[in-house]
Amino acid sequence: MFDLLELALDAAKQFGATYADVRLIEQESELIQTKNLAVSLFNRGDNIGLGIRVIADGGWGFASTQKLSKKAILDCTRRAVEVAKASGTVMKNPVLLASEPAWNATWVSPHLIDPFTVSVDDKLEVLISAAKTMLAVKGVTLAQGMLHFIRDDKFFANSEGTRLRQTSIRTGCMIEANSSSSKDRQRRSYPCAFGQYEQAGYEMVQKWDLPGHAEQIAHEAVALLTAPLCPQGEIDTIIGSSQLGLQIHESMGHPSELDRALGQEINFAGASFLTPDQRGQLRYGSEIVNLVADATTPGALGSFGFDDEGVAAQCTYLVRNGLFEGYLSSRDTAHLIGLDRSGGAMRAESWNFAPIIRMTNISLLPGASGSLEDLIADTGDGLYMETNKSWSIDSMRYNFQFSTEIAWKIKDGKRGGILKNPSYSGITPVFWNTCDAICDNSQNTYWGTPNCGKGQPMQTMWTGHGASPARFRKLTVGIAQS
Amino acid sequence: MLNESQCRKIVDAAIEHALKHSSKKKPIEVEVSITGSNLATSRFANNEMTQNQAPDANVVAVRLLRDGRQARLETLDLSESGIERLVESALEAVRLLEADEDILPLVSLKEIAKALNKANADKAESDKRESGKAKKAAASIAAIARYDPATAELTALDRAKEVGKIIKQAEAEDVSAAGVYCSGASYIAIGNSNGLFQFHQESTAACSITITADGATSWVLNHGPEARAVKTEVMAERAIAKAKQARQPEDLPPGKYLAILEPAAVIDLLSYLWWDFSATSHIDKLSCLLDKVGEKVFGENITVIDDVTNKNQCGCPFDGEGVGRQTIKLVENGVIKNLVHSRQSAKKMQTKTTGHSMTQPSAMGEMPLNIVLEGGISSIEDMIQQVQGDQEAVLLTRVWYVREVDPSTKLLTGMTRDGTFLVKNGAVVKPVKNLRFNVSLLQLLNNVIALGPSVRAAGAEGIEIPAVVPAMMVKDFNFTEGTRF
Repeated sequence: MFDLLELALDAAKQFGATYADVRLIEQESELIQTKNLAVSLFNRGDNIGLGIRVIADGGWGFASTQKLSKKAILDCTRRAVEVAKASGTVMKNPVLLASEPAWNATWVSPHLIDPFTVSVDDKLEVLISAAKTMLAVKGVTLAQGMLHFIRDDKFFANSEGTRLRQTSIRTGCMIEANSSSSKDRQRRSYPCAFGQYEQAGYEMVQKWDLPGHAEQIAHEAVALLTAPLCPQGEIDTIIGSSQLGLQIHESMGHPSELDRALGQEINFAGASFLTPDQRGQLRYGSEIVNLVADATTPGALGSFGFDDEGVAAQCTYLVRNGLFEGYLSSRDTAHLIGLDRSGGAMRAESWNFAPIIRMTNISLLPGASGSLEDLIADTGDGLYMETNKSWSIDSMRYNFQFSTEIAWKIKDGKRGGILKNPSYSGITPVFWNTCDAICDNSQNTYWGTPNCGKGQPMQTMWTGHGASPARFRKLTVGIAQS
Repeated sequence: MLNESQCRKIVDAAIEHALKHSSKKKPIEVEVSITGSNLATSRFANNEMTQNQAPDANVVAVRLLRDGRQARLETLDLSESGIERLVESALEAVRLLEADEDILPLVSLKEIAKALNKANADKAESDKRESGKAKKAAASIAAIARYDPATAELTALDRAKEVGKIIKQAEAEDVSAAGVYCSGASYIAIGNSNGLFQFHQESTAACSITITADGATSWVLNHGPEARAVKTEVMAERAIAKAKQARQPEDLPPGKYLAILEPAAVIDLLSYLWWDFSATSHIDKLSCLLDKVGEKVFGENITVIDDVTNKNQCGCPFDGEGVGRQTIKLVENGVIKNLVHSRQSAKKMQTKTTGHSMTQPSAMGEMPLNIVLEGGISSIEDMIQQVQGDQEAVLLTRVWYVREVDPSTKLLTGMTRDGTFLVKNGAVVKPVKNLRFNVSLLQLLNNVIALGPSVRAAGAEGIEIPAVVPAMMVKDFNFTEGTRF
């Protein structure tokens, strides 16, 4: 494959590019969805294509092609250079790239069982068996399931000598039970809303044991129909691991994207309250809050060996001991805040998109507050909320409102009955400063978000979020229903 | 980008190859669809170009049915051998699945003609009622002209010139411009082993601009099949004026206010309602309109149709199975009149398809994609004028990150963005900091006081599913919290 990449690089130089990188990606995927006891979708796909990104006349240009003939690659490269030269007509400052060593490496994501070697019968057995269990619970009106497998084989080369091959296998799984009455709709999902994804093989599906959790979520979905409403007020609240993963994604991940902070995404995704002048100054959270962007975590969805501009995976502190410290960055933004090197966060959805700054694995480092049950016992009176139901945050990432599928009342340090339609809201730095307890590493899960949207045109990206349950004092609860 | 004859050739080749494996004992049906796009996007921010992409992709999908089973496979390999491999893989995949009695045979030409005749008869009857005379019915799905070669062929330099003009205007006013200019074309072709073949291509020009003035922002968007209608200089001028007006916003206490929603805000709120008109959402008991067909659910002034032929709409005239999209009245004077159907949902509910199937197979079933909400005569200025005495209203440019909080009441939350203003005594009196809202659509559509003329609009979260909607003035819009900007 590298000969095709070399062809494009040589042509780019010949057409006038001062820098070029080329990605060729071959992808295979399988998506199985079930609705009650039937297969509602069985979709297999394969695709291959090449994208070339160049700098010419100081501007960026990108073009792509699914045809891999010599002529098609030369045409595509010529188009990329033309686009870059058009960019050059409206540039104030030419694009500058932070330096990066020339790498020659191979990287493969960890996996034990190649999911594409597992029979469809075995996969369907998991989903149908879970569906049967859910539908056996009186009151369940709809049972759905999903298994998703993706393999990317990515070749990268740039005009500075880097040559990389990376293979990533991603697996996702989910079941959900719905219960509807004439007046209400309730849902419970497992392992989390919209599916858990990891860089792993089929062993991940076995580990999460969907059939083994089907009965519990079915009973919870039905019970939620008649459960009391979650109360309103300022209430000490434990946020469960998967919900906290999304909280981290929205209120730490996105605002720490340097392109947002510099105003480059303001037309769509928005900007960020974490402006460069606040690095080392802003108390983002309490002393126990440590957040990192770690692309090196084995198995987490946002890991890789090298990003999509050939920068090696790194672990960067975004918040250390509560203080705002760092950004997710790229080769062309690093110098704008005085960094010598990119943090390695440039990724593209496929060969057909130019890379933009994306989250890797943005994680809250575990604390010292033991298990979830320990934390509940330590809380006295309060709430425990789990599994995201809806999420919304303003375009600077200050005000957020989340709702979860379920909450439990905490009374005298014990988990009580379930509550429906829980929601909470706040202002990001205020919220993180009320965090006074984080469960330990035994409670940490790397949640995978497979559908993070950003960019114009919109690109979806897979990101990871490590989180243990954590407690937030006097959280604003229930304003959604006011 | 492939043209119609290239698509037809691929569709015919795939069908021919699949049918080689068909026998009387084990018949095969096959549907082939091809989609492609070369929409290029030139992005700018801080008064310079930041990203400039010119992608090109074509995807072929095969849906193969055999023995009551179906599988869908996709590839980007358009070569003869690639298509043959795709069909072979589909044949292998379909063997692995369980039979499902709900799977229907592929649509036939006869069935399409029947659906078309019914649609034409309904339309003739409706025309007769409205104009007193019936018009001649069309004999086949009418092609809709939404392809402008000049727009499809715009170059990177053409886009850069438009961006350059916007930046020049911004610099002249000492403000910062960001945005995107997008142009190109897309197409869809679908054919099946029953002789069906449909093709639609569409050009697109779209531009959105965010102007930042002293930290305050404004936003405009315009799009359509013809670039000449996307007037960037006019857009930039409007955005610059609004950003300047939005400077130094003040806090506004949360509470229930009169709200004036520009069309972009209307579409981003109401788009959460459209799937609730799909028959599948009722079969699965997920719709907020469950058991409400025939009931008056919204205010008298709410009438909604789904109409792909509307001159301000986008999109193709056939659905995911190749059936012609019918014009369907969803709401008439507040009464829920109809749901939209695919062939699958129609069979379950013992009625006829309306031509709204999503690409099959689909768990979601169907979707009205061409919403037209009947407007009124009030301009936004008229609405502002209506705010008198001790009344206060909030004028919203657009809403952001809208999400469903409670599906049963269609309670939505979201934020205002890019220009939020307080209105008093018939005038905009000051910009206010952005606000979070929690609003039930079932209530909102009973609280509409005034409607503007319906216009082509698109929301903040994408231009893919536009709608034709008016500006709205509503009462009791529930702002629950503020933010810091």
